[in-house]
Amino acid sequence: MDSHHSYSQVKGVSTGVSNLFIKSYVSSKTINKLIQVHDRIFCCIAGSLADAQAVTKMAKFQLSFHSIQMESPPLVKAAASIMRELCYNNKEELQAGFITAGWDRKKGPQIYVVSLGGMLLSQPFTIGGSGSTYIYGYVDAKFKPDMSLEEAIQFSTNALALAMGRDNVSGGVVHLVVITEAEVKHVVVPGNKLPKFHDE
Amino acid sequence: MCGLLPGVLHLLSSFKMSTALQFPASVSTLNNYNDLYPDWTQREVSTGTTIMAVEFDGGVVMGADSRTTTGAYIANRVTDKLTPIHERIFCCRSGSAADTQAIADAVTYQLGFHSIELDEAPLVQTAASLFRDMCYRYREELMAGIIVAGWDPRRGGQVHFSSCSQTRRRRSGSSERVCVCVCVQVYTVPVGGMMTRQPVSVGGSGSSYIYGYVDSNYRPAMSKEECLKFTAEALTLAMERDGSSGGVVRLAVISEQGVERQVILGNQLPKFSTV
Repeated sequence: MDSHHSYSQVKGVSTGVSNLFIKSYVSSKTINKLIQVHDRIFCCIAGSLADAQAVTKMAKFQLSFHSIQMESPPLVKAAASIMRELCYNNKEELQAGFITAGWDRKKGPQIYVVSLGGMLLSQPFTIGGSGSTYIYGYVDAKFKPDMSLEEAIQFSTNALALAMGRDNVSGGVVHLVVITEAEVKHVVVPGNKLPKFHDE
Repeated sequence: MCGLLPGVLHLLSSFKMSTALQFPASVSTLNNYNDLYPDWTQREVSTGTTIMAVEFDGGVVMGADSRTTTGAYIANRVTDKLTPIHERIFCCRSGSAADTQAIADAVTYQLGFHSIELDEAPLVQTAASLFRDMCYRYREELMAGIIVAGWDPRRGGQVHFSSCSQTRRRRSGSSERVCVCVCVQVYTVPVGGMMTRQPVSVGGSGSSYIYGYVDSNYRPAMSKEECLKFTAEALTLAMERDGSSGGVVRLAVISEQGVERQVILGNQLPKFSTV
């Protein structure tokens, strides 16, 4: 899930991976689903990991080429647009959804969601993946527009912990990436340090 | 609930039969929605829904939305899904409207008979067991998820070890944790026919969206007002996200004093700053 606030963004993703063809086998508990496609632009991936990795690899190449041609860092919207073109033109074969977020000079922090069929939407915050259904109520209730960085990190961690508590194919550790104009910070919250709720 | 509908359906289907009921080739394949052939003529009536029950000290709060759908058509937008089974035992119904109504009627009869035989108020666990027996025996035919909740007078105040939501320390000063078995209980009987007791339970299609909210906001030993607010907020959040839930929020509080019912209309629902 992603939330952005006045000067930066927090992207969070939980990292259980399950290979559906082997009937819900968890093949890795610690993979990082936050892929960097440019200095200040990241993608959260969901769905078929193979498809998502192929798409982000292609997008990373096209984005760096675009950025060299324009002689300036790319816009977040450009990155999201590239992902959308790839998803829409190959919608029959692909099964992956993305949240593209980052910081650029023109509009500051932004979040774009590219869904399964290739729709592109800009939102102040968003959630995705199989575990997201369980936290729609929580994020609707708790999200406030202009949160501080600490609040946003706490909000993301809580939401992800709740989703991991209910979704059997989400779990492991929580990866958070904070993207600001100045820097990109990667925070990892291991399972035993996650917030606990009443039934645990 | 849809008394006129079978008659209308009969007319429509007989009309269509005479003109060969076949979908034309132009029906869109992206989704099965076509204005000329609405899907409510083929879909079963469902209370795809959000239901919830929460125990508190002295009573139980039950809540439900009020939407009944046939496919994309809302057959009833003010449904009452909180059905009385006995004087102080209610059930929340979700799943197929016909199935849950039939089961609730059967259990009401059985429980009433049992209560007359015993000459005292029936236990909530008995009602839940009756639901469970029926839902499990006919699990292949039925599509019903039910939450049973209520109050029953236990014989004296029993004290025993169990995993209930309220705990009090023993007066003798020993440090064991002792559970006082309270008279209010919430049992959930989901699709398939399992039965389990929980301090708070959500069900129906809209419940997926509020698991996170309920997990984070529920605390044991809330007051009645806090439980009412918690239930109303959770149901509102689910109704905002789930297409099969909506309308008004119906609440019922069951305690030793009796049953209080209230309705929260659409414009009075709690508001959240959603995108």
